[in-house]
Amino acid sequence: MSWLRSPLERRKLLLGLLFISPWIVGFLAFTVYPVLYTLRISFTRYSGFGEPMWVGLANYKALWTDTVFWQSLQNTLYYTALAVPIGVVVAMLMALAMNQPLREVSLYRAALYLPSVLPLFAVSFIFIALLDPNRGIFNQLMVALGLPNINWFGDPRYAKLGLVLLAQFGAGNTALVFLAGLKAIPKTLYEAAVLDGAGPVRRFWSVTLPLMTPVILYSLILGLSLGLQVFAQAYIITNGGPANATNFYVFYLYNQAFRYSSMGAASAMAWVLFIITLLLSLLIFRTSRRWVNYETVA
Amino acid sequence: MATTPRTLQRPATGPAKRTRKGTQVWVSRLLLILFSVALLLPLYWMIATALKTDQELAVFPPTLFPQNPQWSNFREAVEYIPFFRFLRNTLSVTALTIVGAVVSNPLIAYGFSRLEWPGRDKVFMLVLASVFIPFPVVIIALFDIFAKLGWINTFLPLVVPIFFGSAFWIFLMRQFLMQIPMDISDAGRIDGANEFQVFSQLILPLTLPAVGVIGIFAALHAWNDFIGPLIYLQDESRYTLAIGLTFFRSQYDVQFNLLMAASTLVVLPVVVIFLLFQRAFLEGITLGSIK
Repeated sequence: MSWLRSPLERRKLLLGLLFISPWIVGFLAFTVYPVLYTLRISFTRYSGFGEPMWVGLANYKALWTDTVFWQSLQNTLYYTALAVPIGVVVAMLMALAMNQPLREVSLYRAALYLPSVLPLFAVSFIFIALLDPNRGIFNQLMVALGLPNINWFGDPRYAKLGLVLLAQFGAGNTALVFLAGLKAIPKTLYEAAVLDGAGPVRRFWSVTLPLMTPVILYSLILGLSLGLQVFAQAYIITNGGPANATNFYVFYLYNQAFRYSSMGAASAMAWVLFIITLLLSLLIFRTSRRWVNYETVA
Repeated sequence: MATTPRTLQRPATGPAKRTRKGTQVWVSRLLLILFSVALLLPLYWMIATALKTDQELAVFPPTLFPQNPQWSNFREAVEYIPFFRFLRNTLSVTALTIVGAVVSNPLIAYGFSRLEWPGRDKVFMLVLASVFIPFPVVIIALFDIFAKLGWINTFLPLVVPIFFGSAFWIFLMRQFLMQIPMDISDAGRIDGANEFQVFSQLILPLTLPAVGVIGIFAALHAWNDFIGPLIYLQDESRYTLAIGLTFFRSQYDVQFNLLMAASTLVVLPVVVIFLLFQRAFLEGITLGSIK
């Protein structure tokens, strides 16, 4: 560590650390310490009062045989596997359309972006009214199109789909990130593709999509991480029901921690979630080598 | 010889090309209108439901427009729950969150962008990586820690962490700070200003638009937060609006019109802020997507 010997370098380091010191303190106090503390609690029986009692791997073993745990994991993976890819496709359609020369594009941009900044809890309440089979307008539109009148949040078969639908309400945010990516694609590439006789569809698959893959990868990873943490919607709309259909991973974890006072079991669940998130992100990264284009465009 | 086939292969120019371009534009327009209607429909339905009488809500199929708009539903809604106390709580948390975010993030981002020091970019990778830590991994421990500090039922657990910066806001601020020419800092240093003076007197005034963006995002974060208040606030007198809305939903029944009236009152300020500061919101997206 020769740089530490130079007084100038040392001074620069200290100054840098001084400016970021609030973050260092916060990171240690509100992230690193809690993550490790949760790990320790996961090996104990602890109600939140008194002393945690060491039980070794008992909490993890109990999860392994807990059918509700497996169901909550299954619910969460099902929800994420639908909501995230659909969200990417919807956002991409919005972005491609907004990238066209439309005079009134700022109106659409506002209309699509606004819903994504609204509070999720309020949106959840709105969807109770919107998707209500008797009092909602959504089902009336479905019936008008010859589709069945579904009791979205009252039927275990459709409750998760109702929440997948709700997730699309926030697609405008991703759409604008995609739009920024589309605008960054050099026009010359399209001109070259036109000269080679590529039509609009071919141009999308051969130019647009390959160049958008880094942005898509980013939104997939972020979406995965957030999808696995789905909670508020289920808490507000369905309270985990009907018949555990929306008893998602974090919902069950919340119940363990704050309703049943099983801090140990909840902490074990938290760490398992951490590991699942890391493994799935890694998996996407590994496969991404095959489909993400990292070539820089001059 | 080589150029002739090329010219022949070129796709139709002139009217044919223009028509195809025109079709593309019209398909896009139709798609965007459909998406816009679909995304604004829930907001319309919120307001329409808020204005209906109990009797009208029982009608099937539901009426598309409120037949007899009940503006008094809004008054009833704010009397059904201690709305103004919850509003005051929400505003307190929001104000403190704005202060915390605006004070901490520019300073931290400055250290990550306008100062050179060994290991800086590695530490910044850590900032970015921290976004991917699922909140349940920290929230159980934080609850326990805050409980031991006696902070449960106060706004402190919601507000204090904000004063130590947040990854996303540090990132946004850093992007903005990197766009400011380094010559400005150098000039200040040559004039004998210490680094904190360069930060506060030369650079900070130039970053006010970005600070504004962070202030708006911070306000939104506090206003929209559900899980934080749910976990840390247990006494009704401390509830924020996010928790207050759940009062309309008992186990057996939902007061649809009152719930939607209260939801409208919660959503409306966000809509107004959005329309007023739309450029700031878009700025956040553009800054966030620069690599």
